[in-house]
Amino acid sequence: MRKLLFSGMFRAPVTEPRPPTDDAALRELAQAVDRSARRRLGHSLSIREVDAGSCNGCELEIHALNNAFYDLERFGIRFVASPRHADVLLVTGPVTANMRDALERTFQATPDPKWVVAVGDCAVDGGCFAGSYAVVGGVARVVPVDLHIRGCPPNPNALLQGLLALLDRVGEGGRSA
Amino acid sequence: MPTLDELMRQGRPVARHRPWPRTVVDAAAWNAAAGRLSDGDWTLLGLWGEAGAVHMALLDGTGGIGVVSLDCADGRYPSIGQRHPPALRLERAARDLFGLQPLGLPDIRPWLDHGGWGLRHPLAARTEATEPAPSYVFLPGEGEGLHQIPVGPVHAGIIEPGHFRFTASGETVVRLEQRLGYVHKGIEGLMAGADLDRAAALAGRTSGDSTVAYALAFARAAEAATGATAPPRAQWLRALMAELERLANHFGDIGAICNDASFTLMHAHCGILRERVLRAADACFGHRLMRDRILPGGVAVDLANSGVAALRALIAECRARFPALTELYDNTASLQDRTVGTGILSAALARQYAAGGYVGRASGRSFDARRTPGYPPYDTLRFDVPSLDAGDVDARVWVRIREAEQSLSLLEQILHQLPEGPLRAEPTPPSEPCEGMALTESFRGDVLVWLRLAADGTVARCHLRDPSWFQWPLLEAAIHGNIVADFPLCNKSFNCSYSGHDL
Ligand code: SF4
Repeated sequence: MRKLLFSGMFRAPVTEPRPPTDDAALRELAQAVDRSARRRLGHSLSIREVDAGSCNGCELEIHALNNAFYDLERFGIRFVASPRHADVLLVTGPVTANMRDALERTFQATPDPKWVVAVGDCAVDGGCFAGSYAVVGGVARVVPVDLHIRGCPPNPNALLQGLLALLDRVGEGGRSA
Repeated sequence: MPTLDELMRQGRPVARHRPWPRTVVDAAAWNAAAGRLSDGDWTLLGLWGEAGAVHMALLDGTGGIGVVSLDCADGRYPSIGQRHPPALRLERAARDLFGLQPLGLPDIRPWLDHGGWGLRHPLAARTEATEPAPSYVFLPGEGEGLHQIPVGPVHAGIIEPGHFRFTASGETVVRLEQRLGYVHKGIEGLMAGADLDRAAALAGRTSGDSTVAYALAFARAAEAATGATAPPRAQWLRALMAELERLANHFGDIGAICNDASFTLMHAHCGILRERVLRAADACFGHRLMRDRILPGGVAVDLANSGVAALRALIAECRARFPALTELYDNTASLQDRTVGTGILSAALARQYAAGGYVGRASGRSFDARRTPGYPPYDTLRFDVPSLDAGDVDARVWVRIREAEQSLSLLEQILHQLPEGPLRAEPTPPSEPCEGMALTESFRGDVLVWLRLAADGTVARCHLRDPSWFQWPLLEAAIHGNIVADFPLCNKSFNCSYSGHDL
């Protein structure tokens, strides 16, 4: 183990530079985040992930945000275990009829101010599952959505760009140096 | 007692069902099959319904495969689950979807239907649900000082939803009961009437982590039904994608299991290897998970020379880094302390439930669909199917370590022998209804797809059976007697798919 740790000290980090913020996301967010909320939240975001019916592909790429390449926490964004600790709900999947209740209750358990980011093509309008007896539709059919990040699944870069746009809005220019 | 062959001959053979036979049998033969299953002579590969009939895919001791069907116009059939418990949840699901009543089924609670569809039996009669669904009654756990811990459906992590009901005595789990179905999307309903391309896309979205394995199983079933064959280069590229998918999942999960034992160093390093695999997949095939890259009749993209170089670099990096991680796993006593002897699955249960993948192979059942029934190009490739007997978390980790090494070797062999040629021979639409079945090996175990095409080439009925159907119930058994705090570790070492199961 020591060998591994030691060699890690001399290798350049694999972490990628910060990607540019997504312009489209910024426009969608312009209305969502008001100034007072920005002051309250400061420079960090706590995210609670909710799978409301996904195929688990979106989860794989959300997981990747935590790996050494994307290292989400360096931006002050972290995943938390409870909606009660969250500022943001990151919701994936077409919302299934069987998850509708749980999604609503998770939303209600999240304190204000809060934002909902819908991740993946399914979360926009049900994607290729739209029209099924078992699917309610996109996330916005059940809870208000502030930002959509598209893709099937969106890759970690797209996720990062969307979340950074949110952080920029919320935190008035991001992290202070 | 009839052999599978004899049983198949007793019934009325169904024309145009490929590559294995399908026979419509009477109730006596159906019950005889239940007997062979409960005696442990045969293996249940799947059980599914449609309006007015129920089907069962069987594997006998010699590797023979067949599908037996029982017509049940009145919607009733003798339950297999009453004699062979692995069929229980499949029968409960078929009842929810088609209204088929398994006579003698000991567990009459709904499974996928949570009462939110507004419909009953959505794939058959589609009657309006008039009364609200009764609340779900969990099995009782009785005894002094027992308490219950309900968990989910929303879990404390980036995980799929499902409900776990623990009954514990202090720290020790006395009973775990799962309730699943939360991410039921009605995929089999959406399949009906879809053309082949849309159906292939849906199949590839059944369980995102196995998108290659599902797309492959669906493509092979469609090819079997229509009598088409994918060109050789396509078959080799499919195997290349399948091994990349296996490798990515094994790397990611080996790290994640260690992370659940609070050993984050492994997680960080395995995460890097996983990311490298996904990036190589992206460079080769234009998608990190290689989604929609396998189509009925072939593949959608070719492997360019730059892709070959990316793969060679990937293999070299994995070969350079993975042995040190394996050694780290092996030599960290605090980690071994958590994984050795934890969550033991007995060989008898693994066999009875026909547990696929590393769950079965860590408990002595070395079934691998790449071998039995086998499919090209694996018949010309050299690989081992590692198996162990301990059945604990540690054994499941080791099987995955060994499988990752095998996948690296398979990737090398495939790159070395990859034939030139066309990428796709689109299946010609059938002139009459036809049926096909395929079994492919995902990283998690064998995926079964059964498909019936209508005369116009659209899907009449498609059933997708995830390996998790036969692994989820075993997790309930494996956790018994362990402490509650070890559940995440055991759960991750099984890593069953919620979406693949719920459909
Ligand atoms: S957007 Fe794609 S990856 Fe995400 S849940 Fe839907 S099908 Fe799966």
